[in-house]
Amino acid sequence: MHMLKIDNLHARVEGKEILKGLSLEIKPGEVHAIMGPNGAGKSTLGNVLSGREGYEVTAGSVLFNGRDLLALEPEERAAEGVFLAFQYPVEIPGVNNTYFLRAALNAQRKYRGEDELDSMRFLKLVREKLKIMQISDELLHRAVNEGFSGGEKKRNEIFQMAVLEPKLAILDETDSGLDIDALKQVAEGVNALRSPDRSFVVVTHYQRLLDYIEPDFVHVLAGGRIVESGDKSLALKLEEQGYAWLADAHPELAKAELAGERA
Amino acid sequence: MSETQAIRTPFVQAVLDSSGTADTSGIAWVDAARRDNLASFAATGLPEARNESWKYTSLRALSQRGFAPVDLKAARTVAVDVPVLPGVTGARMVFVDGVFRTDLSALEALPAGLTLQSLPDALAADPEPLRFALSARHRHQAADAFAHLNAALARDGVVVKVAAGAHVASPVHIVFISTQAGVAWHARAVVDVGQGAHVTLVEHHVGLSDVASLGTLFADYTLRDEAVLDLVLVQDASASATLIRRSHARVGARAVGTVHAVELGGALVRHELMAELVGEAGRFDSRGVFALKARQHVDTQMEVRHQARDTASDALWRGVADGRSRGVFRGAIVVAEGADGSDAALSNKNLLLSAQAEIDTKPELEIYADEVKAAHGATIGQLDERSLFYLRSRGIPLTQARSLLTLAFCRAALSSLPNEALREHLGDLLVAHLPTGPVDA
Repeated sequence: MHMLKIDNLHARVEGKEILKGLSLEIKPGEVHAIMGPNGAGKSTLGNVLSGREGYEVTAGSVLFNGRDLLALEPEERAAEGVFLAFQYPVEIPGVNNTYFLRAALNAQRKYRGEDELDSMRFLKLVREKLKIMQISDELLHRAVNEGFSGGEKKRNEIFQMAVLEPKLAILDETDSGLDIDALKQVAEGVNALRSPDRSFVVVTHYQRLLDYIEPDFVHVLAGGRIVESGDKSLALKLEEQGYAWLADAHPELAKAELAGERA
Repeated sequence: MSETQAIRTPFVQAVLDSSGTADTSGIAWVDAARRDNLASFAATGLPEARNESWKYTSLRALSQRGFAPVDLKAARTVAVDVPVLPGVTGARMVFVDGVFRTDLSALEALPAGLTLQSLPDALAADPEPLRFALSARHRHQAADAFAHLNAALARDGVVVKVAAGAHVASPVHIVFISTQAGVAWHARAVVDVGQGAHVTLVEHHVGLSDVASLGTLFADYTLRDEAVLDLVLVQDASASATLIRRSHARVGARAVGTVHAVELGGALVRHELMAELVGEAGRFDSRGVFALKARQHVDTQMEVRHQARDTASDALWRGVADGRSRGVFRGAIVVAEGADGSDAALSNKNLLLSAQAEIDTKPELEIYADEVKAAHGATIGQLDERSLFYLRSRGIPLTQARSLLTLAFCRAALSSLPNEALREHLGDLLVAHLPTGPVDA
């Protein structure tokens, strides 16, 4: 059975069609990398799946464990097990990081009919998860992402993922803005969370991240749909040859779309 | 002015009708001042919309209402629950409908150096120290209708004196409870913090539900050199109450005055807070937040006057308005000629939660000195959509996400309150009052 089944998805942002018939199927435990030039719709995919406002789905369907994902509110999708690691995590002054995470976890547990964790049990869980993704005590007690460095923000995303234990994690250009050490730390955190019943969509512009998070499948997203799929060797080919060679295989794609220029 | 006198509004007429029932003090200058103020009030009536300082707060509806005098017998005997505030463990003075209630107060075993008296007791003991605060001449100059009204009719109130050097550790709780509908009560507060003395006062307004009363409270604070006064205002009045509160602080050399104000209740509230930094290196900080819903109207007027060298002030105010409520904030900083080395900051941020709510904010800066550091800013905005989505994407439902962000926005006004138990409690009170509903994590 598929965990995620995206069929012929079309989506618009501010009246402009970005996704134009995207289809993708993911089974539990799989790691799918989605690569593609700038403006191809990579971030749009993550935003549509997590339910961000302003993204209008005009055609197609998304089933998540058999449920119509697009009919759910963002918080319901989260509680069903969808997690988006943001490319640009938001700073929220005045909301304590730990408090926020406990509120999030308990809201999800409540939705699923599980009992809520009191602060003792929650702290125990946090200590456990810190083994997966180390972030300092000081950051834990600061406001959400406030004053965090780029690397700290990304680590905090992975830490949140560790605590919330989603079924499907979408990493939206998690590698952007990270130096090699930070990249390795984040990748280690992700790898520690890989399991037979947890799937990942790793959206990235560069092959580099895939050296550390090894994908089962690599897809090329261009012109709003998936135009090539393969194993990890596809990522290496893209790294060596860029995206231009796709034009021969897909003459319907405009040159601009492959060059990463926004139309 | 004869025309104004000829057509008396119901508000003014009711004041004149009820003034006959107010008793006299037997102290000639006190009674003379009250008579003078009553005459001045009758002559001017309530401020009108063309009065710049009342531009955003209309008194038209108020002027058409007549308030009866308080039923003193009932106020002295009615059984009421005195509200408790965590972290506020010191002496307590309770006023019911403006009338001091010894039986509900806790004044035994006061710390050394602290004197707490009701206004009548203080006048009976020795009126002279109160002459400046209560004299007509002093109050006359900038006084408006409400100042005259309060000075004419206030028969009760609180007189606080902290002896030089005394450090009063436990916060003093001063509670005003409204129980009678349709009445007007008027109270005075005169606070004198001696040289080097420290004290924390928590002024707390509550009301039985739906008590459409009028309360006026006029307060004077004197901070002698090196004095430290922490003032916490918890305005949790009945949703139908009208409250006019005006305070004036004189801050001496190296003295520090700090105000934390939380405005939650009231249908029509005008809160004026004025501070004069009259001694070198004095400091006055103010923090405040209002959270409004339905048709509440809360108007805060804050003014800090730097009149001596090296004085400092820092004001941080937050406003949240939902429903059809209206919030008004005017924050003025005046740095007088010669007050060089002054450092003043004012920040006022507001959050509109509904399209029908309105917030008017007006920061003002008047600087007549040369070497001055001054910063001010005011904003009005909405909840940040990106933050809302971030919280929701982690599983937090929309209403809870809105509450969390709204509370976070307000918390900045409370974060510097040193009394942790009280700070937590005020945060909870805010949450309970927030239009977006409670937060439970």
